[in-house]
This record gives sequence, structure tokens and C-alpha cells, in this order.
Amino acid sequence: MEFGKLFELVVAASLINNFVFTRFLGLCIFFGVSKKMETAVGMSITFTTVMVVSAGLSWLVFEKIMVPLDITFLKIIVFIGIVAAFVQSADTIMRKVSPMLYYKLGVYLALITTNCIILAVPLINVGERYTFLESIFFGLGSGLGFALALILLASIREKLDLADVPRPFRGMPIAWIVASLIALAFAGFAGLITL
Amino acid sequence: MPLKSAEKDTQQYEGITHLQRHGSYWGIILNGIFGENTVFRLVLSLCPTVAVTTSLKNGFILGVAVLFVQVMVNVTVSAMRKFIHPRIRIPIYMLIISVWVTVIDMIMAAYARTVYAQIGLYIQIIVAYASIFARAELVASKNNITTSLVDGIGMGVGYVIALVIISFFRELLGRGTLWGFEIIPAKPLLIMILPTGGFMIIGLLIAFFNWIEMRSNKDKGTSGVSHH
Repeated sequence: MEFGKLFELVVAASLINNFVFTRFLGLCIFFGVSKKMETAVGMSITFTTVMVVSAGLSWLVFEKIMVPLDITFLKIIVFIGIVAAFVQSADTIMRKVSPMLYYKLGVYLALITTNCIILAVPLINVGERYTFLESIFFGLGSGLGFALALILLASIREKLDLADVPRPFRGMPIAWIVASLIALAFAGFAGLITL
Repeated sequence: MPLKSAEKDTQQYEGITHLQRHGSYWGIILNGIFGENTVFRLVLSLCPTVAVTTSLKNGFILGVAVLFVQVMVNVTVSAMRKFIHPRIRIPIYMLIISVWVTVIDMIMAAYARTVYAQIGLYIQIIVAYASIFARAELVASKNNITTSLVDGIGMGVGYVIALVIISFFRELLGRGTLWGFEIIPAKPLLIMILPTGGFMIIGLLIAFFNWIEMRSNKDKGTSGVSHH
């Protein structure tokens, strides 16, 4: 019975309320690392992992420490601390485990620390008063949705390298136009499930 | 500590201050609005550019919130620059930014309820803006309070202008209104207030700014293309 609700949450977070196309979060990373498929895949995996773990951690801290102490107004400061600490450790692990990927992602790994999408997941979880399991599945769905968007755009941009794009549109602008067309497709998911 | 930041200063700016680099305070402001416009030139802090620009009012108010945070963070970091050890500066900047974001978040929640209900999440997300962090790191940590204040105003105003331009087109075309007043008494283009329209308008605007830059330095080849 619970499982159906969690599954709905994952579908809703990844497809219907896709972070990139309906909430417009994480756009810096979305356009920054979507030039190559390989980096996009690496980034997606890191992102999804960080999101699930930080959603769980921040739920625990919020419900078990901040609500009893009545300091919920500090949520922005506390969440950014949790996320930053966890991202820093993810960063270190990645440098150790896969130096090649670390070298390629370079500056964007540092950017992940202050990335809005990772901060938004705990904030939305708290705003919606999700339970612990719901928070984790919301994080998972959001991560998968972001991965889907990133990989879609990366695969199109790899093909775009061969296309004859008008000069002012090369680089960023054409990526925005492509994203706009993908957003049009994602608009088709609207209203699939109402929570 | 001051010695270390002085070393960095020489690396970054070859020994000249931010003020000298841009000539005057007016030069710093113009740099924030045109030369290093956050949205169109640096292509940073993009999340709200699509999310809140469906109406001119929301775009403007979020822009002002960002302006406030940018100025206050610059002033705070600049005032404390001698006491912040370079090695722990990143968490300290994050802390300063989140304090000021909490302040503006609470002010908005108290005094602008209807707007806050629509854009509240994006106000809280100001914490994660790369542009605010970058100004604290590049300018405020190395310059005096006045220079940092003026730089914050320049960058903030540049951001407000960018949001106003985007939301001007989207509200005018998507709803046929401006700031809630009806301008075009015809059926509007619904697509402009959908996500699709937001991405498209920004793509076209960045291309437009690239085109202007290309025309102004035609002989330099592809220098106008953004490589982000």
C-alpha cells in the first residue's frame, strides 16, 4: 500500500515535476556539463547519490533536532551545511576512486557544493512535510529526473557539434533552444498523476 | 593572512585594485550591468531566470532580493576580510550568504505574502547562487568596503535588469499584460509563459547579445561565442 504511494512520488518527481523543466533548478550544471555524454553520465550518478543521501540526512536533522529545539528558521543555514559537508566527502571519494572522471568534471564538482537543485530537495521535503521514506524517494525521483534531462540534452548536443548552427547561436544559445523543445515534450506529462 | 590575500591580489589583478581596474565607481557599476552581466555574459545564476520571469512583478521583486543579498554580502565580507583565514573562507562565505538570505526570506514572508507564495522557494535558493559567491571571493575579499558596496550594487542592478528584460517579453507576449495591466487586448501566446517559452526567450537573448558583440568586433573571429 505504501509502495504505490512511493512509486507515484518517484514518477511525479522525475517526469511530471521534473526539476529542470518545470522547477527550473540546477540550470548551471544542466548547461555546463551537457557537452559530452561521458561527463553527463558521471555527473548524473554523483548527483542522484548526493541527493538521496542529503535528503535522508537533512530529514533526520530537521525532524529530530531542529523541530524539538524550535529552531526551524535556521533551516537554510543548516541544510547548506549538511549538503556542503556531504558533497565535500563525495568529492574526496571520487578523486580517490576515479581520478580521470574527477579531472574531467573539474570545476563543476566544486560547483555542486552550492548547487541549487541539491539544496532544493531538502527544502521541498520540509515544506511538504514528507516522511523519512518519502523524502528519500523524492530525492531519488528528483535525481533520476535530473539525470534523464542531462543525458537527453548531452546526446542532442553531441549531434549538434556536426550541425551548421548560425554563428551567434553557437554554444550556449542553441543549447537553450534545444532545452526549450525538450521542455515542450515534458509538458506532455503534466497532469499524469495528481498527488 | 593579509599577506596571503595580497599575494593573490597581485596574481589576479597584477597589483591593481578593483577600483583602479575600472577607473571609477561609475565604471564598476557599468561593469556589473554590461561587461560582466550575470545572466547574459557570465551565464550564471540561471535557475530563477526561467522560473520567476512569467510576470514582470515577480521578476523585479526577485531581482531586488538578489540585489539586497549581493550588496549586504559584499559589505560583510569586505568588513571582515582581515579576520577570515583564507583556508576556511569558503564555509564562512556560505554562512554569511545564508544569514542574509534568511533575513530577506523572513522579510518577504512577512511583508509580501502573495508574491512569497509564488517565488518563496527561489528566494531561499539565492543561497546557492554562484554569482554572489563569486563576487565575495573575487572582489569583496580583497577590496575596501566602498568598492565592494559599489560592486555589489553594479552586479545586483545588472541582475535586476536581466530579469526585467526577460520577464518583460514573457509577460507581454504570454499574458498580454505588463505588471498586471492589460496592454495587448488580444489572445496571448500561451507558450511564452510555459517553460518552453522561458528557455527559448533566454536562448534568443543570449544569441542577440552574442550577435551585438560579434558586430562590434567583427575581425576577431569567433570571440563572441560563449564557451560555457
